[in-house]
Amino acid sequence: MATMTFADALNDAHRIEMRRDPNVFVVGEDVGIYGGIFGVTKGLLEEFGEMRVRDTPITESAFVGCAVGAAAAGLRPVAELMFVDFVGVCLDQLYNQGAKMRYMFGGKAQIPMVLRASCGAGIGAAAQHSQCLEAWFMHVPGLKVVMPSTPADAKGLLISAIRDNNPVVFLEHKILYATEGEVPEGEYTVPLGKADVKRKGEDVTVVATAAMVPKALAAADALAAEGISVEVLDPRTLLPLDEEAILASVKKTHRLVVVHEAVKFAGPGGEIAAMVAEKAFDYLDAPILRVAAPFSPVPFSPPLEQAFIPSEERISQAVREVVGA
Amino acid sequence: MSITREKLVDAYTTMVKIRTFEEHAAQLFAEGKIPGFVHLYVGEEAVAAGVCATLRDSDYITSTHRGHGHLISKGGDVKRMMAELFGKRTGYCKGKGGSMHIADMNLGIMGANGIVGGGPPLAVGAGFACKYLGRDDVAVCFFGDGAANQGTTHEGMNLASCWKLPVVFVNENNCYGISCSVDRATCVTDIADKAAAFDMPAVTVDGNDLMAVYEAASEAVERARRGAGPTLIECKTYRQRGHFEGDPAEYRSPEEVAEWKAKDPIPRLEKKLLEMGVLTEARIQEIRAGVLAEVEEAVRFAEESPLPDPSEVTEDVYA
Ligand SMILES: Cc1ncc(C[n+]2csc(CCOP(=O)(O)OP(=O)(O)O)c2C)c(N)n1
Ligand SMILES: [Mg+2]
Repeated sequence: MATMTFADALNDAHRIEMRRDPNVFVVGEDVGIYGGIFGVTKGLLEEFGEMRVRDTPITESAFVGCAVGAAAAGLRPVAELMFVDFVGVCLDQLYNQGAKMRYMFGGKAQIPMVLRASCGAGIGAAAQHSQCLEAWFMHVPGLKVVMPSTPADAKGLLISAIRDNNPVVFLEHKILYATEGEVPEGEYTVPLGKADVKRKGEDVTVVATAAMVPKALAAADALAAEGISVEVLDPRTLLPLDEEAILASVKKTHRLVVVHEAVKFAGPGGEIAAMVAEKAFDYLDAPILRVAAPFSPVPFSPPLEQAFIPSEERISQAVREVVGA
Repeated sequence: MSITREKLVDAYTTMVKIRTFEEHAAQLFAEGKIPGFVHLYVGEEAVAAGVCATLRDSDYITSTHRGHGHLISKGGDVKRMMAELFGKRTGYCKGKGGSMHIADMNLGIMGANGIVGGGPPLAVGAGFACKYLGRDDVAVCFFGDGAANQGTTHEGMNLASCWKLPVVFVNENNCYGISCSVDRATCVTDIADKAAAFDMPAVTVDGNDLMAVYEAASEAVERARRGAGPTLIECKTYRQRGHFEGDPAEYRSPEEVAEWKAKDPIPRLEKKLLEMGVLTEARIQEIRAGVLAEVEEAVRFAEESPLPDPSEVTEDVYA
């Protein structure tokens, strides 16, 4: 184990896979000379050279489409979208082309690519550089959607995503890049589609994603002092969703709060809540609550942005509400 | 069309105002008083000032992430701009937008833009509205050398040309899109050459020469106003600072930066105007002092203004 940041853990995953498999290459804006705007691809150009670490012009459709086409032709691209908000520029190449080729061609193609993107609010980057759009991708059959919350998960999931034979959208909350944690060395993998219980508890299940996981854990600590035992579960992969793990937790605690930074309406929490209501209704002792962002674009001004992002206090309130405290 | 002496003084004043505004913004950002991203236009002032000197209030512009210069040149109020940079309620966007989204619809400023290549189709739309409504106003689209490679830019230029719309595409070729130098991003030497694909007239000018920019822009704007269609103007210039404040900009050499600083458009225009007798040293000092007072007042206004209330988050989502 080594202590490293979330960004360095992702960097490590790139290096391991690029050393292991000569068909893995990196493509995107400022991934080479600059080392990625958040530093994730730092040093890769020096180690692997220009053929495998491709700086592109500002042309998201061209380079994301290039990743799709190269994957169809046998390579394993890792494309970096600087901010997930830019996906609108190139969405067709991802969801109409990459996600559907295999199905449309009757199973005769595979698209082993990863589209990495930063997401999330918290640095005053305003409405076009701060969104959490995971629900958009969750709505597309053919994609996988990953959203890690710790450096170790980031590394293990990225390695799995690169090895997966499907297009994987890999979402990195920008607030997490500088966070540190213990990360296993070498070819450490975390399987896609497997949730992780980040804290065991008895009274209520809090399903949280990305930057909401540390907040949920902090809330759980505080609530423990009030005598409320919170289980915090991080799905880690949103598509496919580890329904089994979520259901097992809810069947134990009988209460569910879902926390995410994406806007609440038609967000990922709606899907999780509906799944639990369908499959474990009889186990529930209280209505399922969602803690999520209000239905607005992400505002710039710090007090507005802080009001937008779900707070530890709002998570605690929801937990108190479902346990009737 | 040559520029009047009065317009020259105005354009010079505008350039000094942009520079002064941004020097203050840089300092305030470093002090932590301005949150988020700030992209400065230092070294490129002649482009916005020269182009906007040919426009009137009812004309439209679309801007970029590097928008302060465009906004000030189109008549934007530095008090409300600075307040927006601070995220204050008195700012242009009530603190909702920040530096990257300042807009003034009353002055035809359709917003700075966080999406590279977001502006060109919008300018096409504004140009279409002018034509549709029988107005002789025009839309100017400022976009970078990086943005010149986006599909939206090419689609926008094609549509403007097909429909003979009153749009002027102003390319700010400042040699880089973040770390990507223009020669690594496109195979043509002059971005103006791209217009050939749309049968659109195009010209390349020295973007650090206010008069050259003005001349090219006035011809293009006049052409657009009389319904003869769009033009592409490429202005060769240079971004003197990092891509955003805090960018160490290690992707370029200090020699290159020094070479371009020597071609700074402001002292260059100043020298010319002194030679022409349009300005005197005394008048220059007077202009600079006036601008400084205005910007300092803007900073004071921003600092003293209230922050928005958290309850305002969900306001303004729908009309
Ligand atoms: C669609 C999109 N892709 C990438 C970015 C990130 N980005 C912001 S500014 C920039 C460089 C833009 O270069 P250019 O158009 O030359 O403008 P300049 O910054 O030089 O003024 C990039 C890549 C973005 N904001 N939007
Ligand atoms: Mg540029």
